[in-house]
Amino acid sequence: MAMADQNASGSFRLSMLIYDSRYRSMTIQVIVLIMVVLGVVWLVDNLLSNLSALDKDPNFGFLWETSGYDINQRLIEYSSQSTHFRAAEVGLLNTLLVAVVGCFFATLLGVSIGVMRLSKNWIVSRLMTVYIETFRNVPVLLWIVFAMAIFIEVFPQPKAFRGDNATAHMIGDAVAFTNRGIYIPRLEFHEGSSFVVYTLIASIIGIFLFGKWAKAHQEATGQILPTFWIKLGILIIPALVVFFVMGKPIQMFYPELKGFNFKGGLHLRNSLIALTLALVIYTSAFIAEAVRAGIMAISKGQTEAALALGLRPKRVMSLVVLPQALRVIVPPLISQYLNLTKNSSLAIAVGYMDITGTLGGITLNQTGRELECILLLMIIYLTISLSISMVMNIYNNSVKLKER
Amino acid sequence: MSGQSYIRTEMLPEQPAPLGETGIPHWLRENMFSNWLNGIVSVVAMAFVAYVLYLFLPWAIQGTWGYGSRTECLEAVGGDAACWGVIRDRFNQLMFGFYPYAEQWRPMLAFVLMLVAVAPILFDKLPRKMLMFSALYPFIGAWLLWGGTIWTPLMVLAGFFIGYIVFRIAEGLLGDLVGIILAILATVIWWLFLVGPVIGFLGGTEATADAAATPGLLPWGIESVKSSDFGGLMLSLTIGTSGIVLSFPLGIILALGRQSDMFLVKTFSVIYIEFIRGVPLITLLFVAHVLLNYFLPPGTSFDLILRVVIMVTMFAAAYMAEIIRGGLAALPTGQYEAADALGLDYWKSMRLIIMPQALKISIPGIVGTFIGLFKDTTLVSIIGLMDPVGLTNAIRGTTDWNGIVWELYLFIAVMFWIFTFSMSRYSMYLERKLQTGH
Repeated sequence: MAMADQNASGSFRLSMLIYDSRYRSMTIQVIVLIMVVLGVVWLVDNLLSNLSALDKDPNFGFLWETSGYDINQRLIEYSSQSTHFRAAEVGLLNTLLVAVVGCFFATLLGVSIGVMRLSKNWIVSRLMTVYIETFRNVPVLLWIVFAMAIFIEVFPQPKAFRGDNATAHMIGDAVAFTNRGIYIPRLEFHEGSSFVVYTLIASIIGIFLFGKWAKAHQEATGQILPTFWIKLGILIIPALVVFFVMGKPIQMFYPELKGFNFKGGLHLRNSLIALTLALVIYTSAFIAEAVRAGIMAISKGQTEAALALGLRPKRVMSLVVLPQALRVIVPPLISQYLNLTKNSSLAIAVGYMDITGTLGGITLNQTGRELECILLLMIIYLTISLSISMVMNIYNNSVKLKER
Repeated sequence: MSGQSYIRTEMLPEQPAPLGETGIPHWLRENMFSNWLNGIVSVVAMAFVAYVLYLFLPWAIQGTWGYGSRTECLEAVGGDAACWGVIRDRFNQLMFGFYPYAEQWRPMLAFVLMLVAVAPILFDKLPRKMLMFSALYPFIGAWLLWGGTIWTPLMVLAGFFIGYIVFRIAEGLLGDLVGIILAILATVIWWLFLVGPVIGFLGGTEATADAAATPGLLPWGIESVKSSDFGGLMLSLTIGTSGIVLSFPLGIILALGRQSDMFLVKTFSVIYIEFIRGVPLITLLFVAHVLLNYFLPPGTSFDLILRVVIMVTMFAAAYMAEIIRGGLAALPTGQYEAADALGLDYWKSMRLIIMPQALKISIPGIVGTFIGLFKDTTLVSIIGLMDPVGLTNAIRGTTDWNGIVWELYLFIAVMFWIFTFSMSRYSMYLERKLQTGH
């Protein structure tokens, strides 16, 4: 007893900070903290003295100055009289545009290729292997400049579409592939078109509700409804009815050759298409590998058991294999979405004005505010990345195997 | 009953398989034409392959390797064939950038030595003594590439020995923790303050603004080459390899930090990893390009390639840390407990028990990170370095080869493909070899 007392209250020696496991981790943490703080102080001190030597001070006021440069690809109103902040907004929206469109198509393409890679058809599976190994083993930057070169070198000039002996032709008088970009029909919304849009939104909600009801119905009675066709009907028929009742308020405007260029349609710029295309084919190769790994991770017993229950091969895939494979597929899929978003910053190589091109490119060069611009750029990308991984983690948790 | 038997005593000769169950027709039916849908798909796929080859092969084969400019080439072969002449004409540049021609044996030697250094790491059948050379290789390689006095790599290397000696002395007197701290301190002090003067004394200094050149005591060395002359595949390999080599230990430390029980260590590791993984590499390269000098003491500026290597290393280390953390987390807790029960301290248990197993699990991911890092070296073209992709713009800008596109891109793509594809095959081989399960 006496000895225990002696130990508990006993004399604290300095060496116990190192040798006693009770204090040891505290000592290490304090040392680490001091080193990190010293390091940060050193960096900030260097930074401040460097900046003062250059007569600069950290200041974000430049964001509200007139930018003075044009951005040809924009989703919101912008002119060279707008502020740098507005330019950054335009760039951010352009980044998000490529990211969202890219993720969508990369998933579609990746999943199909991943499934086809497992095809029993020898030539199909070999072709998909070649696709995957080709596209994922070459740097994405090379694919981006390559795609851009294809658009510029292979597609005809707009003037090739002119005259009776034109060398190039529009596809169905609606789509024109030119070396200045792709022209597609544009939708014009007239008065009353809002009703059509509302109907469409209501239909989509209706489809969800119907899906739930159909599932409940199936669980209650065992009857399987042809949900796909009914859903398609719900989507199309009411919208079409409203469309004709309102007197066709939405019209298509076809691109036409006027002067040296096409007018009237929607102009998809080369840089946007090339960047998206390259990111999609590159990322889809990785997604295909994730999908293949996910499907192969499901033990054969699952398929055999489902077949033994009398399920048709199609339903085995959709009801038994895919839901389980999804758990394996989703985490790598998240990181591929993140990669695609981050790789979209390579837009600068083809002159697409994303956030790196505006805030980290022209704004930085014009204002000379490297520190502020790059800091903002990093914060923006960090926010996007963390949001994507948060959303996908929520989804991942909802499909996760519930373990006891 | 003798001689009468209803049981056959000798084997019947093996009969050939029924017609249609063997050979090429059977294989074709099983794998390509098992039903009508499959048959159509196969025919379409074959037609596609044939069409692509029809487009590509004549172009590639009829192309010419001669001629020194695109106009000459087009006159000779017409527009429908490749002008491979650009590869022949610019091969040296695509490999070495603007590295002095007379010194190009050095990067080649460095590359060959790299293969020698990597071999014992890749294949464990080779003698273990070769690992000594692998450990020394970074210094030899850097010296061969950049040149200069031999004392630079030797003195930097000496820092490790000084650290080790300090550690052995301090460990005996004051315990291992103090030993590690003192060893790190001694090494850092040596590198920061003493290496420069010692190298100057032994190898001599070059003339600067305020001091004339001084001859060294033992001025042994080779001609030094500026980093701005680096380019081509050599630049990609230099950045890629240094990034890989440096990010690996950093990644291990970060992974251990993130798995640690110590709150502060863990927090710092998490912040670092998540920050780096959340931003694109190009922003980090911008930092290397325009910002890194701001964070260093006024007046210091070191060359762009070194700054890029630092940022690439920091970038890859975060990814590496996450992969290794995955491996650490996948180990059963029993392994950690068993190591503790054996009385091993933290570093010993990590080194002897945990890490070998965790690294083995993470090999596919680690190789994947390496492949990604190597591919990402092309991004340096955006900040103006002359890697192969950056060189394409330079070459296409010359009057000789203005307008050349496919031949160059194809060549570079194949070059990268060979490296990355062989790395991924190696990873698969290693996975198979290390499999201890069933």
